[in-house]
Amino acid sequence: MGDFFASLVKSRSGLFGFVLLTLLVLVAIFAPLLGLASPIRGDLLARLSPPTWTGPFNPGPHPLGTDEVGRDVLSRIVHGSRLTLMIAATAVVLGGVVGTLLGIAAGFYGGIVDRVLMRLVDIQLALPLMLLALLVVAALGPSFNNLIIVLALTSWIRYARIIRGQVLSLREREFVQSAHAIGASTVRIMLRHILPNVLTPALVVATLELARIIIMDAALSFLGLGVQPPSPSWGRMLADGRVYISTAWWIVTFPGLTILLTVLSVNLLGDWLRDYFDPKLRTSR
Amino acid sequence: MIRFMAGKLLEAAIAIWGVVTIVFFVSRVLGDPAVLLLPLGATDAQLEALRASLGLDQPILVQYFSSLGAMLRGDFGISFQHMRPALDVVLERMPATAILAFSALVLGVLIGAVAGTIAALNRGKLAELIVMSAALLGQATPVFWLGLMLILFFSVQLGWLPSAGSGTWWHLILPAITLAVFVSASIARLLRSSLLEILGEDYVRTARAKGLLPQTIFTWHVARNALIPVVTMIGIIAGELLGGSVVTETVFGWPGVGRLIVQAIQNQDFPVIQAGVAVVAIIFVFINLAIDLLYGVLDPRIRGER
Repeated sequence: MGDFFASLVKSRSGLFGFVLLTLLVLVAIFAPLLGLASPIRGDLLARLSPPTWTGPFNPGPHPLGTDEVGRDVLSRIVHGSRLTLMIAATAVVLGGVVGTLLGIAAGFYGGIVDRVLMRLVDIQLALPLMLLALLVVAALGPSFNNLIIVLALTSWIRYARIIRGQVLSLREREFVQSAHAIGASTVRIMLRHILPNVLTPALVVATLELARIIIMDAALSFLGLGVQPPSPSWGRMLADGRVYISTAWWIVTFPGLTILLTVLSVNLLGDWLRDYFDPKLRTSR
Repeated sequence: MIRFMAGKLLEAAIAIWGVVTIVFFVSRVLGDPAVLLLPLGATDAQLEALRASLGLDQPILVQYFSSLGAMLRGDFGISFQHMRPALDVVLERMPATAILAFSALVLGVLIGAVAGTIAALNRGKLAELIVMSAALLGQATPVFWLGLMLILFFSVQLGWLPSAGSGTWWHLILPAITLAVFVSASIARLLRSSLLEILGEDYVRTARAKGLLPQTIFTWHVARNALIPVVTMIGIIAGELLGGSVVTETVFGWPGVGRLIVQAIQNQDFPVIQAGVAVVAIIFVFINLAIDLLYGVLDPRIRGER
């Protein structure tokens, strides 16, 4: 563990990502304690007021300004981060568990199981992920749960591919062979001997997927297919603020900047994790 | 070579079959097609009538094969909104998307190739740091937000370029740049690491030892080999472009297939959604097929595999 943090501190970009992400998560967790204005009820008298720091005459305590119905932009960003991080984290875990288990099954059993699963992966890859997401949201209807399902659905293939590759070499290793020899059941070998050895690559994939999922979540919300109003979501804020872009630049600027910083911090952390755990994964993207 | 091409064609055919199957199952199994296919506010009697006429009372496999046949013939049903065959509505919008995606691809690959080469040849210098930081930012920037920021700067503040619509080449500039940024960021990062790897290869050292000119080495020994992963990457990027065009077209009001699909979802125009997704996916399959074949030309070692 000490070695882990020493390496993190040495990689400046990894540390930057780690600190930024930790900060974001802490703010999201403690959002209700921060004393922010309501993210849902607006102050109509203060509608479209610019950020406080842009001039001395701006009314009200709105550090990042207000939107078209007078809701505090900062508060909506902070509360939106709760939603985004919850959706993204759940989708990453869901896609990760399904993808990892299927990847282990494909690599371990080989033969027909492997061929069917990998063919499934190939077929799903023939459909650009965004279009798959649109199709499924169109059929299921937009909601919190459906959004998570859709995002996880676009994600499992990445885990399945990489984990399968790892398992192919793991199953020939001595400790797996000896587990076979002493009569351990297949399920036991997969869960006790194979699974712990693929957790690291799964974690690396998960970090990279987290960044992709956050952007896709924002894009779907932007198109009106994410969590429905009045829940504050980053993508939705951009879609609503678009109409006021010529008079109120702050509504579209700050939520997007937040998405950028979040994704950047996850990417930096992910790049570092990949290099730390396995420099060889670098080439396989 | 013929076996290689035949194998790739077969794979493409399987992929298209798979896409059509996914479209069928998502629409028939996840949602109730009668509800999806009728406009909002249809009565129960209308729903029943439609179920019977669509054969939704038939076993699922019978339905599957009949709709598979229909889709392969290009029959996706009639758009409620446009009252015309859904496929026609989609194909009309195709040129706009093709122009946008192609301009973005060319622009992105050019910028990315130059930036990646600069970064690789200036290892450890300031130029590398700048290019790589810009690429990291470019990859983390949501496409639609970048579009909004470009509108804010070039249309609202400076008034140089139109913020939305189509018709002139001026309208193409902002959406194309928006889409190109992500492409160039990915290409720059990939090309840099690919170049660095190849610059360390033995055959490059041999070429240097032979006293070949640096330009000759770069063109014939380094660049050609470094391009192979980039060509593969273009297949992945084409998917990102086709998906990214959905949001970009919405931001800029560009009359392409992406915007059509989003509008169709908002209007519950399911035939158009199906046709749009299927057409784009089939184009994507063909792009990847072309890349696979090109890959075989660039790197003769690939052909032998499988």
